[in-house]
Amino acid sequence: MGEEEFEPRIVVFACNWCSYAGIDLAGTSRIRYPYNVKIIKTMCSGRVHPEMVLKALEGGADGVLITGCHPADCHYISGNYKTMRRYLLLKKVLRELGLSERVKLEWISASEGDRWARVASEFVEHIRKLGPLRLKEVVESE
Amino acid sequence: MSDVRIGVYVCHCGKNIGGVIDPAKVTEFAGKLPNVVVARDYMYMCSSPGQSLIEEDIKRYGLNRVIVAACSPRMHEPTFQGVLKRTGLNPWLLQMVNIREHVTWVHDDVPQRAEEKAKELVAAAVARAAHLHEITTEKFPVVSSALVIGGGIAGIRASLDLANAGIKVYLVEKKQSIGGKMAQLDKTFPTLDCSQCILTPLMVEVSRHPNISIYAYSEVVDVSGSAGDFKVKVKLKPTYVDWDKCTGCGTCVEKCPGRAPKEFDEGLSNRKAIYFEFAQAVPRRPVIDAEHCLWFTRGICRVCEKVCPVGAIDYSQKERYVELNVGAIVVAIGYELYDLSKIREYGYGKFKNVVSGLQFERISSADGPTKGRILRPSDGKEPKTIGIVLCAGSRDEKHKKYCCRYGCAAALKHVYYIKHSIPDAKVLILYTDIRAFGKGYEEFYQRFRGEEDVFFIRGRPAEIFENKDGSLIFDVYDSNTGQLVNVKADLVVLEGAVEPPKEWESLRRLLKVSCDPGGFALELHPKLRPFETTSDGVFLAGAIQGPKDIPDTVAHAAAAAAAAIGFLSKGYVESVPYLAFVNEDICSGCGLCASVCPYDAITIEEKEGKRVAKVNVINCKGCGTCVATCPSGAMQQNYFTDTQLLSEVVSLAGGVK
Ligand SMILES: Cc1cc2nc3c(=O)[nH]c(=O)nc-3n(C[C@H](O)[C@H](O)[C@H](O)COP(=O)(O)OP(=O)(O)OC[C@H]3O[C@@H](n4cnc5c(N)ncnc54)[C@H](O)[C@@H]3O)c2cc1C
Ligand code: FES
Repeated sequence: MGEEEFEPRIVVFACNWCSYAGIDLAGTSRIRYPYNVKIIKTMCSGRVHPEMVLKALEGGADGVLITGCHPADCHYISGNYKTMRRYLLLKKVLRELGLSERVKLEWISASEGDRWARVASEFVEHIRKLGPLRLKEVVESE
Repeated sequence: MSDVRIGVYVCHCGKNIGGVIDPAKVTEFAGKLPNVVVARDYMYMCSSPGQSLIEEDIKRYGLNRVIVAACSPRMHEPTFQGVLKRTGLNPWLLQMVNIREHVTWVHDDVPQRAEEKAKELVAAAVARAAHLHEITTEKFPVVSSALVIGGGIAGIRASLDLANAGIKVYLVEKKQSIGGKMAQLDKTFPTLDCSQCILTPLMVEVSRHPNISIYAYSEVVDVSGSAGDFKVKVKLKPTYVDWDKCTGCGTCVEKCPGRAPKEFDEGLSNRKAIYFEFAQAVPRRPVIDAEHCLWFTRGICRVCEKVCPVGAIDYSQKERYVELNVGAIVVAIGYELYDLSKIREYGYGKFKNVVSGLQFERISSADGPTKGRILRPSDGKEPKTIGIVLCAGSRDEKHKKYCCRYGCAAALKHVYYIKHSIPDAKVLILYTDIRAFGKGYEEFYQRFRGEEDVFFIRGRPAEIFENKDGSLIFDVYDSNTGQLVNVKADLVVLEGAVEPPKEWESLRRLLKVSCDPGGFALELHPKLRPFETTSDGVFLAGAIQGPKDIPDTVAHAAAAAAAAIGFLSKGYVESVPYLAFVNEDICSGCGLCASVCPYDAITIEEKEGKRVAKVNVINCKGCGTCVATCPSGAMQQNYFTDTQLLSEVVSLAGGVK
């Protein structure tokens, strides 16, 4: 074998007010987590269009993590409730495609730097177990 | 813009970034990316020479996009936007890349991987930056008035500072009097000034100030609008006394036959059913406690109505509401004491002679239940041995993890009360650490350390038991001497943990303020902006931001007031840059966007015979939820358009080779 361990590519969406701040806090507190997660900021998790998730998978990501404020804590009152509903629908579609395991929604507050590190590590391990997706190669070969 | 000219600037941030990855390598990589005209690295990009470097490049190379790979945009985005502004570029042509908080500070164990990640993030920013466009914001006038919620020492200080700066202040206090915890204290550490003596003149000043209106016995029930122009709904709870007619003479209180435990004395004495919160209450107006009033409970009595010389009693009074319009909000609701009965092993609430620190303040106060004589609650006898337990519920995984920041100094102050009142008393201080960090606190500590009959035992009681005579016994393991000490005490004082007031959960949601793990208000920055919040126009004063003693509370409150004054005196607020906007050509007028908008900022209108969505720029707060819902891509958001985000997504998903 001798093959290198599979290193998943993961795209993370983080809302500005809670999750992005929580991820920053992990940094300020020097809490390590796997480098595999790459963060994209939106103002609210409610901005995350399903197309953004699909494009990430299609473009080469092995997993996508959507993060936002805890229920009732959204800076824009109810954006995260919309996120949740949209996520449940998206999961249904993804299930049809056999991809539902690769997308996850997590609530991270601005003070949960340690929790973010845990969530990130667990998600990376989860995707590592699922193995590479290689959707990009499939799409490109067609 | 067809001709995209990008400059990329990679910061070393000293060793914070440069000590983990090689910024020069990232810069070299960036220089080869499409549209990048110049790429540089520098030791401190945010420093004055760092900023000038960018400024000069913008002019020299005619840059129209700037990418700064450095710390979090939450830190320095405004700094670098300022650089763009100075050169005449629109500030929203800047894109920050977070390679410190998100890379070097968390991946220092895998520097090679960290460098790769930094390159990928820079590449994604370059891909995105090509699609950035100019954004203009509008200015709206601010209402030059402020709401202060909570009338403890923090709210008092903030109100006075605001009012003295010429700003109209509405002070909302949930209890019937302002004053907060400080009004309940006998003396204040470390100087031992009489608490009421320094507090009540300020309370009176608040009540007399022409710029301050007090809404006591009231609470904030709704907040709408936004920074500079908040609409606040305040509920005035029924007092059953017409406070405008009432003169505060107190005849009603004197004659009232009803009885109930007195909150101000922490339940150690009784008050009447119609009562002032305490003698020096401001406003000095009584309230009928309907739960204990004979008229409300049994339909008899009405004595207060008969004796009131001005006819102010009104049993039919209902709650009332007022609407306030303010530019800024200062939250100063302080803290509450943790329910000490939750610490089962200490027997608080079960054993009469186990009291809280605040109860002990009342016992020691001249206007308290014992007229200032230290007597124990069970039988009114003078205690000869007193145990003071520190960190009761604080710094404890099972209760509150954080430090209360008053307990150590309060315990020393309580030693003073005891030795002053009962010179031959024996005092045992059961501590974990003595934290005497404030100015003059160490000196205050040393003053008691050597005192006769004052023993410092390093340990917490295992379990407290009560004897038939009301005295208390417990074992404590003294980690200083390694010995188990058996203690018999006549009275035990618990310097208990503190927590945010119960209503904070609902209030903070109205104000959109986050909380820290202890539940206290989360500040914008723990060091640099400890009295501001992520909610524009909302400021924090005092212990609601985290436990504080009075000196820190006052400093914090004055700072919050200064920040609020600065905010209001600027005279205007800018609209959020991240507004939603509609491409009318492809909008079908389906209205899905309007149905998900949390602010009712979208309407569907007829335009040239066609239905299209219209965004109200005053109401839109820039969350982008409508954009994610729009089926046709007609709805977009400034700085977060589909094209911008998707180019970032695709670049990050694919990675760099
Ligand atoms: C036993 C004890 C002894 C102490 N001794 C000292 C000492 O000697 N020296 C010292 O420096 N510090 C001492 N402290 C600390 C001191 O009490 C605090 O620093 C101070 O009270 C904090 O002031 P604050 O205004 O932030 O909060 P608070 O004093 O708690 O005032 C908050 C106010 O807001 C009101 N409020 C709460 N919720 C709402 C709401 N939803 N709407 C409207 N109003 C609301 C409350 O009724 C109260 O009036 C002691 C504390 C304790 C518990
Ligand atoms: S702002 Fe965080 S989910 Fe809406």
